[in-house]
Amino acid sequence: MVRRGILVGGLVLALTLPLLAAAFGLDYVVGIATRILIFALAGVSLNLILGYGGMVSFGHAAFFGTGAYVVAILSDHAAAGIPLFTWPLTVYGSDMAIIAWPAAMAVCAVLALIIGAICLRTGGLYFIMITLAFAQMLYFFFVALEPYGGDDGLSLVGPSRAWPLDLADDRQFYYLILSLLLFILYLMRRLIASRFGLVLRGIRENERRMQAMGYATYRYKLAAFVISGAVAGLAGALIANHTEFVSPSFLDWRRSGEILVVVIMGGVGTLYGPVAGAIAYLMLEEVLSRWTEHWMIVLGPLLVLIVLYAKQGLWGTLEKMSTKR
Amino acid sequence: MSPLLILEQVLNGLQLGVMLFLMAAGLTLVLGIMNLVNLSHGSLYMVGAFIAATVTRATGSFVLGLLVALPATALVGIVVERVALRRLYARDHLDQVLATFGLILFFNEAVTMIWGPRPLYMDGPSWLSGAVEIIPGVPYPAFRLAIIAVGLTVAMLLYLLVTRTRLGMLIRAGASNREMVAALGVDINRLYTLVFGLGVMLAALGGVMAGPIYAVEVGMGEVILIQTFVVVVIGGIGSVRGALVGAILVGLVDTLGRAFLPGLLTLFLGPATAASLSASLASMAIYILMAAILVWRPRGLFPAHG
Amino acid sequence: MSAPLLRITGLRKAFGAVVACDGIDLDVAEGEVHALIGPNDAGKTTLIGQLAGEIRPDSGRIVFRGRDVTPLPAHTRAARGLARSFQITSVLPGMSALDNVALAVQAHAGHSFRFWRPAGDETAVREPAHAALDRVGLALRATVPAAMLAHGEQRQLEIAMALASQPRLVLLDEPTAGIGAEESARMVTLLESLRGDVTMLLVEHDMDAVFALAERITVLVSGRVIASDTPEAIRGDTEVRCAYLGEEDA
Repeated sequence: MVRRGILVGGLVLALTLPLLAAAFGLDYVVGIATRILIFALAGVSLNLILGYGGMVSFGHAAFFGTGAYVVAILSDHAAAGIPLFTWPLTVYGSDMAIIAWPAAMAVCAVLALIIGAICLRTGGLYFIMITLAFAQMLYFFFVALEPYGGDDGLSLVGPSRAWPLDLADDRQFYYLILSLLLFILYLMRRLIASRFGLVLRGIRENERRMQAMGYATYRYKLAAFVISGAVAGLAGALIANHTEFVSPSFLDWRRSGEILVVVIMGGVGTLYGPVAGAIAYLMLEEVLSRWTEHWMIVLGPLLVLIVLYAKQGLWGTLEKMSTKR
Repeated sequence: MSPLLILEQVLNGLQLGVMLFLMAAGLTLVLGIMNLVNLSHGSLYMVGAFIAATVTRATGSFVLGLLVALPATALVGIVVERVALRRLYARDHLDQVLATFGLILFFNEAVTMIWGPRPLYMDGPSWLSGAVEIIPGVPYPAFRLAIIAVGLTVAMLLYLLVTRTRLGMLIRAGASNREMVAALGVDINRLYTLVFGLGVMLAALGGVMAGPIYAVEVGMGEVILIQTFVVVVIGGIGSVRGALVGAILVGLVDTLGRAFLPGLLTLFLGPATAASLSASLASMAIYILMAAILVWRPRGLFPAHG
Repeated sequence: MSAPLLRITGLRKAFGAVVACDGIDLDVAEGEVHALIGPNDAGKTTLIGQLAGEIRPDSGRIVFRGRDVTPLPAHTRAARGLARSFQITSVLPGMSALDNVALAVQAHAGHSFRFWRPAGDETAVREPAHAALDRVGLALRATVPAAMLAHGEQRQLEIAMALASQPRLVLLDEPTAGIGAEESARMVTLLESLRGDVTMLLVEHDMDAVFALAERITVLVSGRVIASDTPEAIRGDTEVRCAYLGEEDA
């Protein structure tokens, strides 16, 4: 019941936030909230493979960053009027959301398919390290991409066009992101409850047993990895729109760590955990960084403490409390 | 592309390989025996470099810097182990990854607070600042040669330790079956402390030797950490032999790739395309190598576990 | 007499200098309860591992239902009708007993790349799952997470999971391991009730269970089959008595 209340309350707050912000003259809050929603989406994507699938990926920023780059590159080419490539067919750039955002998801899905196909042949420690290494590989790939800014990054001319909305308007952008997040959460809920979700959870619990039951576990893990990569790509597309700038640092392993933190702080393997985690983490960053420029020195040990003593995260603690009754 | 140039780059590759080995040996043992993913391993390398740089700059003596940095870093390592790492042994890898990630953030910020954000520069010992002609007409920096020598010596000592001593036997046993070693009545905590301490010393040594060659800056730990992970994955977790082979392999591939790939590609593609493509390929080379090896051997070249 | 359901020929497996299985030949006929006994280092675990598909034999063949399954991985063999229970309980701890069994049923009820419909709604899967739980006596514990079940109940769950997939052959790896006398007796009664419905290859140390259930017994010593016959014949076989039964008080 408490959880229900919090969810409803949170939803109401989320829906009325821009109006409340305007009323209090705190319009910049909408920008922060938008960032939170985007990170929540990234967290939701990682949670699928980590929380429900038991796959500890330390390279998720690879998909987040690549999604951002796809949008930026397409926008760049659209602004310049030059096609991306002319062989085997001519592909032009685009700054339309309806093209660029699915493109980001598609590219990331293919990327996840390739990376997953290799990484998922390993497990445990090897898997963690090889996902990290692949993300680094992509980081260097984008650093070396001189035409698109290399290490300095690439600016976008403006946000994607999404008629009839005007995404340059903070409010409209916010509501679009909110709707997307809610929609993805709904899809996730169905996915987890489906046959596929049941198998995925079973694999997390005991992969050997699942194989003994007849499941080709590799295929299911790979499918989850691809879905997760695509959703992370969408989050990347959104961040590119939000910051109107992309750089290789979006793929840095520290970014992967941040997404992991978001999922853990919120509660691994719970549907709404990543949302709670994103709120907690970004609010913490906001508060601490106003206090000191060296706020990381607080975050580091805090993270250690959370891992040691509050492993189940915010939402997880809530779930535990309600089942005790 | 003269044979002398190739020789020089091969030596550079060996030198990088040896540094990676120092890092990887400690990491692979800690991973294999203690089952601990310790991302802060790179941070200790950084701390070692910073302490050595400070002492060397203050006293003008590299050797003094080395002598102070090693025990000082070991002390830091012990504190970290006592305070944080000890509680992680029983946890799953995800917890270890996150907690040690937090430690990295802490160390990076602490170092920035103490030493400032700018990189430090330190010189090697003056008696190694010249060049040595290993083959007549081929001068090679003496300091780099010294690194190779030190690294190979450490490798030899580790080999002797692991294959000839009782401690080494325990290490090998622990790497392939931890529970069994504990069940046999070995004081597992002392073994853990010894292994961890060894790893810290090696990392510190690596950091000190790296100081004069690479810039001593915040974030240096992460760069080498990830390369170290590649080495450990290629070599096989828990295997010192694997760490050596993997380290040399990675060192050579990375160095030779960066040195010769641009030239090689220019032969086939135009100079402009070759330049940007080769830069990215060179950076990606070791990861492509790792992926290729893992496709063939998912547990690395010499996995300690069966 | 039709071809045996499972035929093992010349199975060899060595770990370095230790030869765990040294040329094993074994037949399991359709519908029979076949017990595999032997001292602790006889190679039973290695044999089960090779049958299940987790260990690669060095040489030899495993033919199941007329097809050579030797190169096939564990999940393919399971999909073909070879189920197993584990000696050390291996269930899905965080999921309910019902979900555990439902997954076993689901594995043989079409593919699971279905992303939309809730799995809990599928009566075609849930009903047989309930039935399997009922059969082993866990009907009332369906919603309990497997980790919270008592050890004996978890062993029962193991059996339910092995049976739920309607297998042609079940490898039972020491089903009475680690449970008390009373629960062992219940386990034996349960397995008895399955006689004829399911072909079983039973690895066991508990001699009461073996002689109560088995129609044929194969004795494994030091990686070799030293006898394979009816329980009476085995009881009387002097070589077996010396090598194995002779170690216990008869």
